[in-house]
Amino acid sequence: MDRLPPLPLAKSFEIAYKSIKARFFRSLITTTSLVLAVAFLCYIQVCTDLANALLASGTPEAIQALIRGGFDLSDQTGTIGESAKQQWLVVLSLLVCVVGIVNAQLMAVTERFREIGTMKCLGALDRVVLLLFLIEASLQGLVGASAGALLGAIAGVLSSLASLGSMILTDFPWTAILSTTLKATLIGCLLSLIGVIYPAIKAARMEPVEAMRVEQ
Amino acid sequence: MEHAIVRTTDVTKNFQLGQHQLEVLKGISLTIAPGRYISIMGPSGSGKSTLFNMIGGLDKPSSGKVFIDEVDIAQLDAYELAWLRCRKIGYIFQTFNLIPVMTALENVTLPMTFAGTSGDEAMERGMELLSQVGLASRYGHKPSELSGGQQQRVAVARALANNPAIILADEPTGNLDLTTGEEIITLLKEMSVERGVTIISATHDFKMLNVSDEVIWIRDGRIDKIEKREELNISVGTIHER
Repeated sequence: MDRLPPLPLAKSFEIAYKSIKARFFRSLITTTSLVLAVAFLCYIQVCTDLANALLASGTPEAIQALIRGGFDLSDQTGTIGESAKQQWLVVLSLLVCVVGIVNAQLMAVTERFREIGTMKCLGALDRVVLLLFLIEASLQGLVGASAGALLGAIAGVLSSLASLGSMILTDFPWTAILSTTLKATLIGCLLSLIGVIYPAIKAARMEPVEAMRVEQ
Repeated sequence: MEHAIVRTTDVTKNFQLGQHQLEVLKGISLTIAPGRYISIMGPSGSGKSTLFNMIGGLDKPSSGKVFIDEVDIAQLDAYELAWLRCRKIGYIFQTFNLIPVMTALENVTLPMTFAGTSGDEAMERGMELLSQVGLASRYGHKPSELSGGQQQRVAVARALANNPAIILADEPTGNLDLTTGEEIITLLKEMSVERGVTIISATHDFKMLNVSDEVIWIRDGRIDKIEKREELNISVGTIHER
């Protein structure tokens, strides 16, 4: 008995892309929670980046602006970190986001039971189904996380401009902000993948005979 | 011995329902010769669908053996089963089961993609199949833009995609009106005659009887009788009473 050749990766991408495109609004909803969580993460960190850059400039006006902006300069480490409360909020928002993604993806899998079963009847292996879901999630993650990171960065810069004044523009920390944005994007992609693992495994393990069931 | 495309020996299937052990199939042995059009008939709850799933390699028997093309399917690993489902068997469902996000042509070429056929060749064969089922002009339509009968035609084309030896049709006319159902039956018969494909169909549609070479009646988990068309009223096989 022969075996099937592996499905080319390009073909998997094509199928995954079409599936997202066809369910655009559905994907949009799944992605929105990711966009918001990543935007929040990026926003907080960009604000900190800007404040740190200002602090590093060391001029008395800068220190004045930071104190007026509500930053706590009492500890002598020479850098400003996020407050514990902010860190908690970020972690919580990311957690809620992952749970939201798991929920949305489980729904998507249930909705697509028959489709998955049919694909398996046509010769799709477990790993093909798994890969399709993972690719879909990465694409969604990439788009959602980049959008979120961009939004968060813009919001961070704007709000810092409002609270700290135009001084931040003189020593604008381009590299720090860029790396923060990239990191946030990466974290977003990772979260999207973590969120889809369980639903994707559930889909991949499904028996093809499910496709035959009439009710639903 | 005559070459059999499907052979089952003393197949039983039990399901565990809470405390109950439900015997759905109680020992079914049958042999199906290549190129025939077989209907499996029986009331709902008779075990017809279960038997059908066994023959299709979708379910494994509790005891007994199922051979497809003289290969015991219980011996196959996941990869070989996928190959079997992709290359040897074409499935047709009561609910059509086209992939909703794909066009008619993409649906037909999907099994070819799984089988490793190159894109151009798949397109060409896909179009050929679509024109054979009379839907060449609608190749770019999504399933939701097609009528039930048209969807089932696309499903027939998809089932034929990799030139399978067997087509398994589970109530192919169950969701269609009389005339469309008849069209699908005629189409299946044509394909069976033209290509020498064995067609096995589970049904309670009596229109199927006219085209069937053989009708297997299932009752209460056993073979009630097997009727050949040329000897329609003579029963071979045994009748089991409860």
